[in-house]
Amino acid sequence: MTLLALNLDWAYLLGKLILIAIIISVSLVIAMYETYLERKVAAWLQDRIGPNRAGPFGIFQPLADGAKLFFKEEIIPNSSNKFLFILGPCLAMMTAMMTCAVIPWSSSLDFGHGPIPLQIADINIGILYIFGVVSLGVYGIMIGGWASNNKFSLLAAMRGASQVISYELAMGIAIISLIFVTGSLSLKDIVGQQIGHTWNIVYQPLGFLIFFICALAECNRAPFDLPEAESELNMGYHQEYSSMKLGFYLFSEYINMFISSVIMATLFFGGYDIPFVNTATMNPNLAAVLGLIALMAKVVVFIFVFMWIRWSLPRFRYDQLMNLGWKGLLPLALVNMVVTGGVVLWLHK
Amino acid sequence: MSIIEIFFWLLSGLAIFSAIMVLISKNPVHSVLWLIVVFFAISGHYILLNAQFLAIVNLIVYAGAIMVLFLFVIMLMNLNADADPQKNVWLKVIGIVTGGLLLTVLVSAVRSSNDLVNRSAELKTGSIGLIKSLGITLFNEYTVPFELSSILFLSAMVGAVVIGKKE
Repeated sequence: MTLLALNLDWAYLLGKLILIAIIISVSLVIAMYETYLERKVAAWLQDRIGPNRAGPFGIFQPLADGAKLFFKEEIIPNSSNKFLFILGPCLAMMTAMMTCAVIPWSSSLDFGHGPIPLQIADINIGILYIFGVVSLGVYGIMIGGWASNNKFSLLAAMRGASQVISYELAMGIAIISLIFVTGSLSLKDIVGQQIGHTWNIVYQPLGFLIFFICALAECNRAPFDLPEAESELNMGYHQEYSSMKLGFYLFSEYINMFISSVIMATLFFGGYDIPFVNTATMNPNLAAVLGLIALMAKVVVFIFVFMWIRWSLPRFRYDQLMNLGWKGLLPLALVNMVVTGGVVLWLHK
Repeated sequence: MSIIEIFFWLLSGLAIFSAIMVLISKNPVHSVLWLIVVFFAISGHYILLNAQFLAIVNLIVYAGAIMVLFLFVIMLMNLNADADPQKNVWLKVIGIVTGGLLLTVLVSAVRSSNDLVNRSAELKTGSIGLIKSLGITLFNEYTVPFELSSILFLSAMVGAVVIGKKE
């Protein structure tokens, strides 16, 4: 019983573990229904009906898709590096899930035993943590693409990696100009400042635009889906993958989309703040639930915009992508940073 | 044993094990991946010392950027285990001896250093690794070295672009 003798707050640990389990399963379910939404939105934009066989309005389609992926034959190419071939999708999934640790999902619940924060960890460098995990996300693609031992996969992995690195720069600088305004790196503080006040989008419209474009690129979503450009690279970095390992890659893209929508809502659109409603006077439990609903509503809007863009715009060419990142977004983000810094300095004087 | 001690031994073991794996892996891509594990273990040590900012910057800069470039180069070079040149046995022995001597010198220098004698690590209490105090120290006491190093970085970047540019 040496473990129990440790000086630990077991109730606290258990509470956090339960919260982690809930958040991970909710993210998975949301990612599942994002695939359904994607097909419905695509169908709607292309004047089709979309999935409508499994259940009413095709609502069980994601379950059928998941079952299909699970039962497909699992193929590991002979010439591949077996360990890394399996590690690739695991890493992609893990980095996609890790980001949700610092997101404040809503205000604290209270059942009479003190407040229960709906956030796994309120660390004082929340934004940097997210940035760090995002920069690790590239390993899933690179390792998977290389371990497949396939020219197309390797090319796609290289493309993906250089794309992610290039757009991280502009994204980081957009975040710096946001931090000038907020003065804090903790996501909880950033949301707290926006509640009842102006949302950060008013102070940082250009920063948001840059952040949004970079988020599209970081998620490998169209028009930045060069790593899986099917017309030139067959299927890109996951060409050799089958069964649930392919499912993990596809799934991690949807989780990334969900998490980046949450982050954009948190950083620029007030997080769980409900506009024009004062939640401070409400019952804390009611306020927390309403706040969560408000956050999710903002997230759904972002996810819809992501899909709207995907089904409206054609894919960039590779040189256009690099030009946009290095010659368009990066200077723009730098100008935004300098102007924001100057204005903040001027107002504080 | 406190929880911090357990984490310390786990992370130290992980760091040393993966550092050894970096050296003995035949496949260069595996070496790079083990090196990333080393950086994670060191970041864990930073967190134990209450230096969260340093921990995450270590991850962003080394694991997130530099190692990606390493992987880039190694994956495109397509190195094989059999293409590895065979080294002379005597060369290996000499390498081990000089490396061991260097280690002894370093360990004794660190152990007898004035900054370390009769000092212990600040666990969970020190504040220099937090972003606020680090920023204040950097931009007040060390402004000139900080600016000089950024100029150095800038000139290195310009140099790399000039060298890499095709005429």
